[in-house]
Amino acid sequence: MTLDIPTAVKLASYAGAGICMGLGAIGAALGEGYTAGLANQGISRDPKRSGEIVKTMLVGQAVAESAGIFSLVIAILLLFLGFPTTSMVSAMAFIAAGLCMGAGAIGSGIGSGYPGGEACLGISRQPAVSGRLTTNMLIGSAVCQTPAIFSMVVALMLLFLDFGKAPVSPTWAALLGAGISTGMAAIGSGLGGGMAAGACCQGIARNPETTGQVTTTMLVGQAVSQTPSIFGLLVSFILMFKSYPEAATLAAPMALLGAGISMGFGGIGPGIGNGLTAQGAVTWVARKVEASGVLTRTMLVGQAVSQSTAIYAMVVSLVLVFVV
Amino acid sequence: MAIEGADLIKAAAFIGAGLAMGFGAIGPGVGEGFAAGKACEAIGRKPEEAGLLTRTMLVGQAVSESTGIYSLVVALLLLFVV
Repeated sequence: MTLDIPTAVKLASYAGAGICMGLGAIGAALGEGYTAGLANQGISRDPKRSGEIVKTMLVGQAVAESAGIFSLVIAILLLFLGFPTTSMVSAMAFIAAGLCMGAGAIGSGIGSGYPGGEACLGISRQPAVSGRLTTNMLIGSAVCQTPAIFSMVVALMLLFLDFGKAPVSPTWAALLGAGISTGMAAIGSGLGGGMAAGACCQGIARNPETTGQVTTTMLVGQAVSQTPSIFGLLVSFILMFKSYPEAATLAAPMALLGAGISMGFGGIGPGIGNGLTAQGAVTWVARKVEASGVLTRTMLVGQAVSQSTAIYAMVVSLVLVFVV
Repeated sequence: MAIEGADLIKAAAFIGAGLAMGFGAIGPGVGEGFAAGKACEAIGRKPEEAGLLTRTMLVGQAVSESTGIYSLVVALLLLFVV
């Protein structure tokens, strides 16, 4: 069976759309389910507030849903846009775009569910601060969405940049690596950011007068949690924009694919780990605000150590792209 | 494109380096973050023991880091030695 280029590209864009929406639906659904679960718990605690809790639940779920909507947009573009089919490289770019957006939506969807749920539960505990809880929920879950937005940016670049003149080998591997790098690294950062944001909403409900300090610690912790996905984005940009000579060997494409795999999967663990650290620190800043200095310091030291493996992964990626 | 033995070995070493470091980084990242999170909780409970707790956290993280360093070593061996 021989595969002509238009058929291959069509095949790839349909497969990419399926991967994109299939993976992309996981996170948003889990996150929204978690929010709804805690909202029910809150309503059972204080049924009189059900109206307010349901409203907050819907707002929180809407933010978590956005990761799923990004995936839907990319999937629909892949299905209906009818891209020019000049080169086999486009086929790989479309699969990579789907993989990038689909995987990238997992972490953000689940992560955004945590602050939503904790805010709903918090309203039943401290109805007087529901405004503050909603604001914090929105800030926290907005930060959780950034890894999904990074993934969408890379997916759109993979769809719309013209790779037609680049040599098929090794460009196909560079593009697939670019998709894996941002998409996978986004999983950890999205989840990690959500853990910090959930602890923040819980803390405010427990001890509303610490809001300012708790929010600051959350934002610092989330910022560090986002770094693995920023490393992933950096490696993707390098892989997409570097120009490659035509490669007759198999080693050249495999090095570029390996670079994407190293940074993508390597970013998952540190993102989640940084989030776990921030969760612990934020929880205790809310309970004992006078210890916030030492807690923030310990959080940053702990996160720096947890970050080290992401840095190793980036070093290996850069060696694979530039040295070997 | 003719694939020769030496080229195939190089290709496998490169993809292996990516796999080793990528998957190898997941565990230490989560584990160290978990240790640091628990250390923050403990410092919150007893801020006056912050020095001891930070030291214990760093020792625990160093042990957890070891598998990440093994991955890095294996990846570098695959890249430069094999």
